[in-house]
Amino acid sequence: MRRKTLYSLRSPYRESMDIIGFQFGQGEKTMCVVGAMRGNEVQQMYVCSQLVSRLKDMESSGLIADNCEVMIIPSANYYSMNIGKRFWTMDNTDINRMFPGYDLGETTQRIAAGIFESVKGYKYGVQLASFYQQGDFLPHVKLMETGFTDHELMKCFGLPFAFIRKPRPYDTTTLNYNWQIWETQAFSLYTNATDNIDEPSAKLAVDAILRFMSANGVIKTKIPGGYITEMLDEKSLLQIHSPVAGIYKSFVKTGDEFRKGDILCEITDPLDGSVIRQITAPSDGIVFFRYNRPLEFEKTVLYKVIPI
Amino acid sequence: MIEEVAKAGLSVNENIVIKKNRYVGSDSKNPSGKRVCVVTGIHGDELEGQYVCAKLANVLQNNLALLNGTVDIYPALNPLGIDSITRGIPLFDLDMNRIFPGTNDGTMAECLAADIISDISGADICIDIHSSNIYLREIPQVRINEITADELVPYAKMLGCDFIWIHASATVLESTLAYSLNSIGTKTLVVEMGVGMRITCEYGDRLTDGILNLLKNLGMWKGECKPVKEPIISADRAVGFVNSGAAGIFIPSAKHWSHIKSGDAVGKVIDPVTGNVEEYVTSPCDGIIFTLREYPIVYGGSLIARILGGEENA
Repeated sequence: MRRKTLYSLRSPYRESMDIIGFQFGQGEKTMCVVGAMRGNEVQQMYVCSQLVSRLKDMESSGLIADNCEVMIIPSANYYSMNIGKRFWTMDNTDINRMFPGYDLGETTQRIAAGIFESVKGYKYGVQLASFYQQGDFLPHVKLMETGFTDHELMKCFGLPFAFIRKPRPYDTTTLNYNWQIWETQAFSLYTNATDNIDEPSAKLAVDAILRFMSANGVIKTKIPGGYITEMLDEKSLLQIHSPVAGIYKSFVKTGDEFRKGDILCEITDPLDGSVIRQITAPSDGIVFFRYNRPLEFEKTVLYKVIPI
Repeated sequence: MIEEVAKAGLSVNENIVIKKNRYVGSDSKNPSGKRVCVVTGIHGDELEGQYVCAKLANVLQNNLALLNGTVDIYPALNPLGIDSITRGIPLFDLDMNRIFPGTNDGTMAECLAADIISDISGADICIDIHSSNIYLREIPQVRINEITADELVPYAKMLGCDFIWIHASATVLESTLAYSLNSIGTKTLVVEMGVGMRITCEYGDRLTDGILNLLKNLGMWKGECKPVKEPIISADRAVGFVNSGAAGIFIPSAKHWSHIKSGDAVGKVIDPVTGNVEEYVTSPCDGIIFTLREYPIVYGGSLIARILGGEENA
């Protein structure tokens, strides 16, 4: 294992921020995994740290394939993490909206450029991502459809679900999108935690990435388990919005299967406690996403459902 | 007349309400049937438009007989952001000006965006007023995507701004309010001026006069108008970007909206601990400084200035 400083940024008031990458094996740039780019992506950093630990053991056992180089970047933004901010410390910009970056541009453009210079050119790329909507997800892998990455490769992770997303304009400055433009087969992997560490889903993610590496000849060992992946278009998810605001109490959790007419949750008045609305399932399905805060607005997306 | 454009329930005993103030001219002899929308406050830390909305409302309210047509004023598209000094919508990760045209099947913010588009759609002209953020001060300018320049520049010239910046198209900008409205045929001009979290009355007065001038040119205003200045147009001119190469405190020496020569000092970056000069910041070209850093703390890469170069730099 080689520990390298990939990019360094000076601050007038803090120690410099050094983005650290861990390299394994020698030869062609084969596999790159990027963890936290936002300050609250603790789970994403943790997954990478566990991956580094596992790969270190594998390398010492000679299990990294010949002519394969692997890079893991656990955190690209610990400056924000250390002060409890999600986005960049000073101007609140999002590094994951700055790719491919610009080395003569603004600070987060320069950070993105520094990262991209190190991560481009790999055959496969995985980003441990978090979502802009607050809630719990079933662990899954997602492909942003650019026409470059092979959809079938998503099955190699052995996660229960894989989604294909049609990019929206704001997606075009993400790492995942630009990786593909520069001809890396890129995937976003979502566990069911961000701010907190969830051990079972972290282990699931580590195993999924190693399983992908095994299936594509990057490591010389089998990773047992895994699911037969169901591939879905993101648009096939049914969204259930709240018709009213108030206190939200869910009766189902992610992964639960329900029937049409089942009560999914109730909304109560936050001041007098009366039940304002019970929300029933419009059809049979599986809870893929569940909003996880007690207070909700009118029109909040409470559930995303896989129809069955 | 105050009207609700969009509304949604907040968690506890409150609604988010996006409002507009509609002025319908009482000059009914020759009704133009035209409508102009003035919108601001997509970013909650940009307040220059508040002054323009208030001043324009005051002029129209006292002179309805001189107005022919309808003027809709939307002072706060992101009322929670303005109220809490938050650039985006509180509790929502994405920039509000990156979610248009919105969708009625999306998050609350996307539903609000869809309602805003629906309400403005069909206006003859929409003016979307922005300040800069808290880091930069901007001279009054109209920003136009190159793909709509031919259509919009004649109207932009009426607003009395110092210059018109015709910028390159970028996919990420396709989700702005202005792009979304222009793409459905509602001509929309983006004005940038001043600095975040502040009001610069001089700029606001000038833009208000410019909006009245635009109304006059559209045949909607019979009142007096002050003459507006002819703007510089950025087409065929280079825009030079000056970014800090060092981290520290930026001390400007050049003045905003002043001429500068290539190699002249824009300012310096000093180390607050040692007092040493970390970098002398100079201009990359001859031109006029139309953007100048306001917030003193800088990292490597922080934008210090933008220079509108001469034609020879194109």
